[in-house]
Amino acid sequence: MANVLVFAETRNGELRKIALEAVTAGRTLAVASGGGEVHVLLAGAPGIGSKSGQLAKYGADAVIVVESADFAQFARESLAATLADAAKSGGYRAVVLGFSAQGRDLGPRVAARLDAPIASDVTELAVNGDAITVKHPGYANKVIMTLTLTGSPVVLSVRPSAFTAAESPKAGRVEQGKASPASGVTVKVTEVKEGAKGRPDLGEAPIIVSGGRGLKAKENFKLIEDLADALGNAAVGATRAVTDDGWRPHSDQIGQTGRQVSPQLYIAVGISGAIQHLAGMRTSRTIVAINKDKEAPIFKVADYGIVGDVLEVVPALTAAVKEARKGH
Amino acid sequence: MKIAVCIKRTPDSESRFKIAASGAAIDETGLKFDMDDFAGYAVEAALQLNEKAGGGETVVYAVGPDTVQESLRKAMSMGADRAVHLKAESVADGIAIARALAAELKGGGYDLVLFGKHAFDSSAGVVGTATAELLNVPCVTAASELSVSGGKGLARRELEGAAEMVEFPLPAVVTIDEGVARPRYPSLKGIMAAKKKPLESKPAQLGTVRVTVTKMELPPERPAGRILGEGVAAIPELVRLLQSEAKVI
Ligand SMILES: Cc1cc2nc3c(=O)[nH]c(=O)nc-3n(C[C@H](O)[C@H](O)[C@H](O)COP(=O)(O)OP(=O)(O)OC[C@H]3O[C@@H](n4cnc5c(N)ncnc54)[C@H](O)[C@@H]3O)c2cc1C
Ligand SMILES: Nc1ncnc2c1ncn2[C@@H]1O[C@H](COP(=O)(O)O)[C@@H](O)[C@H]1O
Repeated sequence: MANVLVFAETRNGELRKIALEAVTAGRTLAVASGGGEVHVLLAGAPGIGSKSGQLAKYGADAVIVVESADFAQFARESLAATLADAAKSGGYRAVVLGFSAQGRDLGPRVAARLDAPIASDVTELAVNGDAITVKHPGYANKVIMTLTLTGSPVVLSVRPSAFTAAESPKAGRVEQGKASPASGVTVKVTEVKEGAKGRPDLGEAPIIVSGGRGLKAKENFKLIEDLADALGNAAVGATRAVTDDGWRPHSDQIGQTGRQVSPQLYIAVGISGAIQHLAGMRTSRTIVAINKDKEAPIFKVADYGIVGDVLEVVPALTAAVKEARKGH
Repeated sequence: MKIAVCIKRTPDSESRFKIAASGAAIDETGLKFDMDDFAGYAVEAALQLNEKAGGGETVVYAVGPDTVQESLRKAMSMGADRAVHLKAESVADGIAIARALAAELKGGGYDLVLFGKHAFDSSAGVVGTATAELLNVPCVTAASELSVSGGKGLARRELEGAAEMVEFPLPAVVTIDEGVARPRYPSLKGIMAAKKKPLESKPAQLGTVRVTVTKMELPPERPAGRILGEGVAAIPELVRLLQSEAKVI
């Protein structure tokens, strides 16, 4: 039996989806190691403690609340120190975070501080006697590796959407924790630029409409935006060809060197399907491709393909989707 | 400035992979290898920073078997001044690699130590950040823009749906995202010069290795796709399938 410590990721005072997914992953691990408790570290600006109830609902036996004005921003060094100190004092078997922008930054810091082994971007986990084994897609999702981690604690960051947040009400005892100071000089945030409002993030969106060079011009991305609007709750992605040309920001790029996504529905518009693009989206549940070249490699991975000119097909698809979703 | 760049040698990212008979490694027959993509961006970033500063030294480091010397030579053919090879078996434990690098970088007097955001093979993003912690210097992860002015570093980081602008004192560690710089191709002159540049090789101090690859498998193939038809005529069928079969709209 062993307890697990989970980092609850927040932004602007709200829990992120990955926080609850990490709790689920932590629960899976606690159960697999003989039924320990899941403790969740909830660190944020004063007031963040109000989110404890939600963590309890999703399976936190205890919530360690650490409120500090410093945490209004991503105070990476102090957050890492706080998490590592909590892990040390609680004698946990594992520390679980999300493999998100925050978790990618914090995980290795915490592992180095604890001198603990770490596995990133974990999609499955299991306990094997004294060892923890995890699955982790490597080689840009082209090879699934099983990693075996020995020693205790271990640090694991879990892939977004790999563990489904599931309600599993637990006591959620609230304990007040203390922020640990950064041990050296720190990185100062001078500005946070919020992206386009009103669209979900690529990592969280159930639907992504993605555009490639086949759109021919920057202005034609309007067609992609319109289709995303018609679908509702959809994000907009792009290929590197498009971000290189400055039609879209680099942050929209999907693929090996961009974001790796796995939505319910991925619509590839005017995208050839280069191996580096596929590396970022081939695990999507349903893939639709629209391309004028019927030999384009994207059709090999697309569940449904339409051969045609995007400038004609996309506006008509948008109209048909609007019609189909009337009343939504 | 004095800049160190840590690079990894990985199979070319365009490769198709097969699993080796052991079941716990990829079959390397016929694969092309190169320095990992993000580490290539980091080498380029270092060269540009020093070019802009009008001088300095760029030193490349790699932990691994003798084959990593190829990647170190390539970095020197791009313009790095010298290389350090820390000799060890390939390991999957990022903390152990960080330990070996930190032991070597400590006391090196570097203003900046650059890494890739993550390596193609491990896809982990551990080594750079962990090295920074062990060196106890500030660390900026996944920088998509990087500059140095007045002894201070400035960087941009892409967050999900937002971006963060940061400022940090030197010395520091930065892990490099795409966007900072595309690697240059080595010139013939660069390749010739690299042959004469110093490459020091010594044992790596990995310490205990606690992460091992115990199995590798290829992901399941997607079932073959279906072309529904041509042009706007295919749209009603697509919408029907998305509603009734895929149940996504
Ligand atoms: C190290 C490395 C990393 C990379 N990382 C990434 C990455 O992360 N993400 C990424 O996307 N790429 C990446 N790439 C680039 C990748 O190899 C491709 O170049 C890129 O994905 C191509 O983008 P595209 O499909 O938009 O353009 P193209 O390959 O030019 O394809 C355009 C497609 O549009 C179709 N088309 C043209 N006109 C029309 C029309 N009117 N109607 C319908 N269809 C039309 C064409 O038939 C073609 O299939 C990387 C490359 C390297 C070397
Ligand atoms: N064996 C190694 N030797 C030198 N640098 C490395 C090594 N492994 C990883 N790195 C660096 O650390 C980055 C991140 O690697 P990883 O943590 O494995 O994803 C790489 O892009 C390299 O810059």
